[in-house]
Amino acid sequence: MIQILAFYLFAAVVVASAAMTILARNPVHSVLWLILAFFNAAGLMVIAGAEFIAMLLVIVYVGAVAVLFLFVVMMLNIDFAELRAGVMRYAAIGVALAVALAAEIVIAVGAWSAGGLELGRRIAPIDESVPNIEAVGQLLYTRYLFVFEAAGLVLLVAMIGAIVLTHRQRSDVRPQNISRQINRRSKDATRNMNPAVGQGVEL
Amino acid sequence: MTAFFQNTIGLPYGWAWFVATIVGILVIALPLMLAVAMIIYADRKIWAAMALRRGPNVVGPLGLLQSFADGLKVFLQETIIPSSANKGLFLLAPIITFTVALIVWAVIPFQAGVVLSNINVGLLYILAASSLGVYGIILAGWSSNSKYPFYSAIRAAAQMVSYEVSIGFVLISVILWAGTFNLSGIVEAQQGHVLGFLNGFGFNPLLFPLAVVFLISALAETARAPFDLTEAESELVAGYQTEYSSMAFALYWLGEYANVILMCTLNAVLFWGGYLPPVDWAPLYMVPGILWLFAKILFFFFIFSWVKATVPRYRYDQLMRLGWKIFLPLSLIFVFLVSGWLMFQRVGLPA
Repeated sequence: MIQILAFYLFAAVVVASAAMTILARNPVHSVLWLILAFFNAAGLMVIAGAEFIAMLLVIVYVGAVAVLFLFVVMMLNIDFAELRAGVMRYAAIGVALAVALAAEIVIAVGAWSAGGLELGRRIAPIDESVPNIEAVGQLLYTRYLFVFEAAGLVLLVAMIGAIVLTHRQRSDVRPQNISRQINRRSKDATRNMNPAVGQGVEL
Repeated sequence: MTAFFQNTIGLPYGWAWFVATIVGILVIALPLMLAVAMIIYADRKIWAAMALRRGPNVVGPLGLLQSFADGLKVFLQETIIPSSANKGLFLLAPIITFTVALIVWAVIPFQAGVVLSNINVGLLYILAASSLGVYGIILAGWSSNSKYPFYSAIRAAAQMVSYEVSIGFVLISVILWAGTFNLSGIVEAQQGHVLGFLNGFGFNPLLFPLAVVFLISALAETARAPFDLTEAESELVAGYQTEYSSMAFALYWLGEYANVILMCTLNAVLFWGGYLPPVDWAPLYMVPGILWLFAKILFFFFIFSWVKATVPRYRYDQLMRLGWKIFLPLSLIFVFLVSGWLMFQRVGLPA
């Protein structure tokens, strides 16, 4: 009973907040609705018994990706009049996309009501008692090891690419040398002088 | 507790579970609020003692009621909402901070078997909840529609996200050694961990540096001194809380200190044996585990206070350098070392 209630609660909030994501006028509100959608999707995954994926969704998407979104959107200088003027210009493309999506939904519903697709036995049936994390780990590090490592390599390449693209050598700044700053002692920087009267100090 | 409501009072299972959970939440949350009030008092007293002052000593015996007087004061003040603030988000932000600071306590084991929700992804749950904490701050900064809160919010968000990375790697080493994400399991794994009689991963030479990294990252994660750049008074007025008054301000205050206590608890649970006594010696188990846990929490809180009273504030670039250029590589190297050592011990054993 409580599972069904929770499912409908989470599902309804996901759908509603997804709708609000595209309906909200203010982009910051859009991102916040998106975060709510992520969060409730995580709730759905917990109900489906995939608590590991649910936690990862919250940590990675809500905790990191959405923060970056929010950062970027907050920095935008939004001109609402210009936004509204753009609506008519892109109306044709928008309608085309909407029609395509609606057609896909109709096809999906039709395919679903036609009965399940037999994909043969499940690739790796796993005992119910094995925790989620162990089950995922066992598959990732045996059957899908090469795919997993290739995915890691792709991410590494993307990271290096981003660094190479944005890195620039600047000659007009004097970077700090932290270890030199820490190693500097007062006797390297100051001298105690005791000049006689009328003589002054030679620097 | 579910069994109690089911058998003694005679509720059906669903209702018994529901009532038991609500009672469990209250049993944790209400004493926590009291603990926050007392820990603020302790913080001010320790801080005062280190500065050779007396600290709060007027309200109640020894000033013990000072926090309650402060609470009453903010409660009676008017909530001011800036006219150009984004009203809904402005009020939502402190609620998020406060809620997130409370929900994490659901998975903390207070004694063997005494935990509200004994889930097998406990540590991930803590990471997930603490990554939500950023939103309370970022929203406050943005919705205030004011310069200083916004600067502070951006600083805070960057700081919390940066230090969560190294905290994540530290936690991975602990998980590798304990073999479970469940916090009770992690505590149990520490029994007799070093030489068969020291309870705690922190006594392990491979994990001790990580315990230090975690302690310092915890300071940064909760934006305590010396990493309190988010509310650096000399630069940003009061940081992201500048525009807040009354209960909204109090919620930030409560949430912040609840987070500090939480980080002290995590230090105790992950590295120093949680509710186990420090030494695996039978007479020490006569003392209830919850007292050991409290003693460890208070010890770490004293360290937090001590640091706050004595260490000067970091510059922002130094903070970022410490997080990304020192802690991140260090914790990565230790993940490598720890997993290498664990694999080395398994050489020749059947899989």
